[in-house]
Amino acid sequence: MTQAALESPAEGGETAATSRRFLVYRGDSNDGQMVEYSVPTLEGMVVLDAMHWIQAHVDGDLAVRWNCKAAKCGSCSAEVNGTPRLMCKTRVDVIVGDIWVQPMKAFPLIKDLVTDVQWNYEVNREIPPFTPPADVPSPWRVQQQDVERLFEFRKCIECFLCQDVCHILRDKNEKARYYGPRFMVRQAYLDMHPMDVRDRTGQIKDESGIGMCNITKCCTDVCPEHIHITDNAIIPLKERVVDEYFDPLLWAARRIRGRRQKKRPSSR
Amino acid sequence: MTVEVGRPPALRSQLNLWKPLWWAYPTWVVTALSAFGIYAFFAMIQKAGFAYPYLSPFYSPHIVISGLPISPAFYVAWVPLGFRLTCYYYRKAYFRSFLWEPPACAVADRPGRYTGETRLPFVLNNFHRYFLYVTLVVLGFLWYDAIRAFDFHGHFGIGVGSGIMLLNVVLLSGYTLGCHALRSLVGGGIDCYSCSLAAQGRHRAWSGVSLLNNRHALWAWASMFSVAITDIYIRFLIHGVFADPRWVS
Ligand code: SF4
Ligand code: SF4
Ligand code: FES
Ligand code: FES
Repeated sequence: MTQAALESPAEGGETAATSRRFLVYRGDSNDGQMVEYSVPTLEGMVVLDAMHWIQAHVDGDLAVRWNCKAAKCGSCSAEVNGTPRLMCKTRVDVIVGDIWVQPMKAFPLIKDLVTDVQWNYEVNREIPPFTPPADVPSPWRVQQQDVERLFEFRKCIECFLCQDVCHILRDKNEKARYYGPRFMVRQAYLDMHPMDVRDRTGQIKDESGIGMCNITKCCTDVCPEHIHITDNAIIPLKERVVDEYFDPLLWAARRIRGRRQKKRPSSR
Repeated sequence: MTVEVGRPPALRSQLNLWKPLWWAYPTWVVTALSAFGIYAFFAMIQKAGFAYPYLSPFYSPHIVISGLPISPAFYVAWVPLGFRLTCYYYRKAYFRSFLWEPPACAVADRPGRYTGETRLPFVLNNFHRYFLYVTLVVLGFLWYDAIRAFDFHGHFGIGVGSGIMLLNVVLLSGYTLGCHALRSLVGGGIDCYSCSLAAQGRHRAWSGVSLLNNRHALWAWASMFSVAITDIYIRFLIHGVFADPRWVS
């Protein structure tokens, strides 16, 4: 919905605006409170529209991060009625009663709805990059069935809502011991990639701390890209860690037969 | 106007409007699992689980060690118990509902130190695949029992009990064959499916398991209830509460 439609709803031929009560967190990490705003709503309005309306009409200094308004840039993450959501993808009309908008809880607050997600980029740098075999020059010929399951992981828009909801980061603040679900998705992408030759299992177990995850699936619940984070990334990686570190039979097999080289697609 | 809610309380108690009853899931899990546990224990100490030709799933495979006053059910109980305790779905269920780590998404954890699955006892969950191996054997026995349930003194027949036994083993198979560990085992660990014929076959197996795995939680609940219902039905027959309606050729 455009700003013009919000300002003069009748012109757009839409139904007359009714107002909704928004309670928005205003403040910084030291001090803040929930501030009440009455915002005229229109059909199809999303929470981000309401934040823009507040900026335009009431408090010009309300801090909100956003870019695309199309659920693709991952900037507008916040907590709407206690649930981590993209503000641009959360329709106002699905919410009954007051609408509470708060910043993500897992990250340090800068101002109002804007948090500092820097930590995630630092974690990302710790993950060894994609490592193709040195002796197989690109372009590679890769079959559909070998990359099919990776497409899902590529959908990630780095909104960090999964990081925000993960109780290990959010509640226990164990950021030193667990990379968080978003980076399990990235590790899964790299580890399952047919052209990645690096052995990542040790990193996944130790530095990434996959054992910290207790598969309670909140990350999957909030992911706006509907990535099956737990079922398709975390659990398969946990099983790979078991193969390597917990399974006595496989360990014995490796001792007897030696480690088998994983097969790779050839180059074109 | 301002409302006195600051950070960090951050609306932990403010209900999520898409799931207004966040406590419903943990309450349901605690109630259902406790009820099942109590019933299973009761059924197992009966030392009787056979009403010709139906064998209760709690008593299969039927192992009798003469001289030992232990109910045969206890010799096998550790298999499904260990399998379900270490199952990825039940892990979610009990971590949320019994341990409150967390009780629901974006709801505060139980206070205290959290180590996830890195320490005893939960690090033992990593041995789930071993319970899978034994469970697959037990599943074979359950299929045998289900087929036997159609054999009435050498004549083919169908009783209500036969139907229940068959449905039960189908649900148990859907649960077991959708196991995450099996999914990894049959093909999830491979990075290049197109690299060999064997790997292509394993890609098909992986896709098949994935299909069942998709609704793993549903299979878990359905099969748990079907086990209880099968036992209840057989227990009624044992005590002569009613006769099994059947057609025999
Ligand atoms: S499943 Fe694991 S990664 Fe996802 S939210 Fe739960 S604990 Fe965090
Ligand atoms: S995995 Fe999903 S929730 Fe997590 S950062 Fe990516 S898109 Fe967002
Ligand atoms: S503004 Fe880009 S995801 Fe919401
Ligand atoms: S994951 Fe549930 S049975 Fe293996």
